[in-house]
Parts: sequence; C-alpha cells; structure tokens
Amino acid sequence: MAVNPKTLPKPTPETQHFWEGSRVGQLLLQQCDSCQHIYFPPRPFCPDCASRSVTIFQASGKGRLYSYIINHRPPRWIEAPYSIAVVELDEGPRMMSNIVEVEQTPEALILDMPLEVVFDAVTDDITLVKFKPASTGNEA
Amino acid sequence: MKSGSIAIVGAAETTELGKIPNMSQIQLHADAALNAMSDCGLKPKDIDGIACAAEWPTDLAHYLGITPSWVDGTMVGGCSFMIHLRHAAAAINEGLCTTVLITHGESGRSWIGSKAMGNNQASLGGQFEIPYGCLGPPTLFTIPVLRYMKDRGLSHEQLANVAVVQREWASMNPRATHREPITVEDVFASKMIAYPFHILECCLVTDGGGALILTTAERARDFPNQPVYILGTGESVETPMISQMQDFTSSKAFKVSGQTAFREAGISHSDVDHLMVYDAFAHLPIYGLEDLGFVKPGEAGDFIWERNTAPGGSLPMNTNGGGLSYMHSGMYGMYALQESVRQMRGIAPAQVKDASTSVCHGVGGMFGASSTIIMSNEAP
Repeated sequence: MAVNPKTLPKPTPETQHFWEGSRVGQLLLQQCDSCQHIYFPPRPFCPDCASRSVTIFQASGKGRLYSYIINHRPPRWIEAPYSIAVVELDEGPRMMSNIVEVEQTPEALILDMPLEVVFDAVTDDITLVKFKPASTGNEA
Repeated sequence: MKSGSIAIVGAAETTELGKIPNMSQIQLHADAALNAMSDCGLKPKDIDGIACAAEWPTDLAHYLGITPSWVDGTMVGGCSFMIHLRHAAAAINEGLCTTVLITHGESGRSWIGSKAMGNNQASLGGQFEIPYGCLGPPTLFTIPVLRYMKDRGLSHEQLANVAVVQREWASMNPRATHREPITVEDVFASKMIAYPFHILECCLVTDGGGALILTTAERARDFPNQPVYILGTGESVETPMISQMQDFTSSKAFKVSGQTAFREAGISHSDVDHLMVYDAFAHLPIYGLEDLGFVKPGEAGDFIWERNTAPGGSLPMNTNGGGLSYMHSGMYGMYALQESVRQMRGIAPAQVKDASTSVCHGVGGMFGASSTIIMSNEAP
C-alpha cells in the first residue's frame, strides 16, 4: 500500500511508545496496575478506573478477524480492492488494521479466522501494525 | 425536559433540495430559516435563541440579524439538530429564552462556501484508523455490519431490502431525489462501494437545509400551524472511532438516547405511529429498530422484510425515502426531523393516516453520537 503523508500518524507524547515499539517489531498494549484492564488505543491512564498507574507490555501479536469491509473506491495512492479490518487481539482490545498476504475477497477473508501481526515500515519513522492469516495453530 | 411543555411552531426545508450551486452554505441556513419564520409568521427580532452546527452560531446570528440571549453550537455530526432541540427545550423551560431557531444548511454536493473537516493526524483516529486506507463514512460506518450479519443472521438480501422498501416511500414524494422503484436484484447489480455495501445501500450526496422554530406549548396555540409537541428527548455519545465501538451489533449511544426519550415521554412502543431512523447506510434502520426496542436483537431484518415498515405496514419508517432516496447533505438529522413534523401536521407527501406520535432517531459520526426526539400532534 502506497503512502500519502497526510494520512500518516503523528505520534503524541501519549502514543510515542506505541510507534517506537512498532518500529522495532513490537505490538505494545497497556494494562492497568489497579484493575488489570488491558486497553487500546494508548492513554497514560486506565479508561475503566482512571488509575494513572499503568504498565506497557508486548502483546502476543495474535488475534482474530472481527469485522471488515473491502474498499472498492480507493484513494488514488492505494490499489483497490483492499480490506479495512477490525482485529480482536487475544489480549482483548480491538484495533483497526489491514489484512495482508491474502486475497482481498469475501471468500478468503473469513470472520473469526486466526491472524498474526506483521509490521509494515511505511516510512523511516512510522511502522503500521497489520495482520496476516496465522501460520500455525492459533486458536483465537 | 418536561414532557409536552415545548412545541415546534415553525418548520421548513430550503426552497430547493439536491443540487443548489447558486447558494453558499450560510445562505442555505438562511433560506431554510426565512422559510421557517415565514411558516409561523415570525421575524428575526422575535427570535431570542439560536442553535446550529457546521456554521458558528455567531455567523448565523449576524447573517440573519438576530440578537440571541441563548446560543448552542453543539456539533457531534448528523444528529446535532436533535440535540439542539433537546437543549433548546430545556433552555426555554429554564427561562433562558422564549423562541428558538435551529438551522441547518449544507453544500454537501456543490461545496459552495463550505470546507472539508480534514484529517487530524495526531488524533487517536488519525493515528490508529485513517492510516489503514479509511476514506470517509463508506469505509468506516460500514465496518460493523459483517459482524452483525454473522452474529445475528442477517442476509445480504435483507440488507439490500432496506433500500428497496425506502424507495417505495420515496416514489410517493415529489421532492425525493430518486423515485423509480428498485428490487433487491437492482441493489446487487449496482456498483460495489465497500463490500458488502453497494451504492444503492449508501446515502445520497446533496445540497440542502432545514430550520425549526420552538416555543412553549402554551404560546404554540397562537401560531398558524398545528403545533407539534415534544414528548421526550434523549442524547448520548460513545466513541469517535468505529473500531472502538463496544458492541458491533448494537449502538450504546442509540440505547441510552432512545431509553431516555421513551422514559421522558412516558409512552410505550405500541403508541408509536411513525418512525424516522437516520439512514446514512442501509444497516442503520436495522440497528435503530433493535436499539430503540421496537424489535428484539436479530429481528429487524425480518421485520422490514415482512413489510412492517413499508407503506401500509404497522410501523411506517423513513416515509420521506430517507437518506438513501430522499436527500442527504452530509448531516441528515434535520431532514428526519422535518419529515416527523410534516407527519404530525398531516401534510407529508406520503402521509400516514391518523398518525399522532412520531419517533425521530438520529446518529452522529460513525455510531459516535445519538439523539432521539418523540413528538405528538395532541396537546398535552
């Protein structure tokens, strides 16, 4: 997928760790030290109990295909059709992504199929977190 | 709000709908406002409260020559006008103002005097959704539906049928953009936009506007038109990110807003004669019917298929043809409100016979916000 600089993420102080992680091949989540809630997207406090004591940890990178669309009206910098998907991570949170290394068709993209993370370095600074069908025995 | 204490006394859309290249966005607001003032015989000096979205209330007050003692610029997307109505009712009851004008105008097709909102690359959506090739509502609002279809057993035919039934209503409406009847096969044969959504399952892109004028129910009797009383109102918001919506088969904001409005109105679902559910895409009436409690989870597809919401059905829904066939300038909520008012006044092109209670339900953003207004033509 080609890149338009106007649609790239601009990290903030609260999300910097996530983008530093993805650049070195780590999908980072946060867990509340008080109530153990695991959440995404990044915030320096727990959205369930408001505790500021939270720990950043590396997720397994495994998940399942929760829902998606296949876009047939692409912006000019992307080749269509392509999937825009929501992935439910094994740790619980959901995140937007693309499903890659698989045909972009309803027949190939089956809801609840197991997925694993891949890292797409779209620029020197930004690596997007994407997913592909799991290679082995991931019972999501 | 106190149920039945406030009434809509003036209501109108822009003179034209559809393609209006000879008017800027602020003039669309003004065109609708002038029509609504003329509808109830008021002048700008009679208005002491204003609310609008997309334009600043400041711009509107200056443009129309209004000096308000109450303003509201709440902007949460397409249901903002329903929320304005709720806030206005509370403000009038609190004595902050007596006569409120709510306007909407949007040059959604011609883009005269309006500007795109743009992508905030540092927002959470800008960082964690947009980079994946998301390009506006067709690639975002649509995402939950495959999960709904799998979990609740909705078929592609039932999704397409939402557009088919609404076109039946539109065929009775001379102001509707599309009036030719369509079939499920026509929907399937239309251009794929974002699987599973074909273009006939996506809303129109048009220019237009609308305006409402509210005052106390007591004063409403002195105006020329049938007053439309506000029985109940609700509002809520959930998330600006569709990927973070808690339940992909149900909108939390819909439920909070709907339950609040029904509780306030003190009515049951069997009292409802007419329903509007904001339909930016074909799945929204399905979520709306279920989250408002008209049917149980998973039943809405069958309910529409069995023609309950079609002409002659027990719960006529989206009787102007909806955003799918009537018009949709980007923020559709005002047009849903206008159709509810027409039905309560008994002047709708596809008038529901003897209708006395209407529920008007809106969405803002991509399931991000919601508001519900319940109206009646019977004096409290």
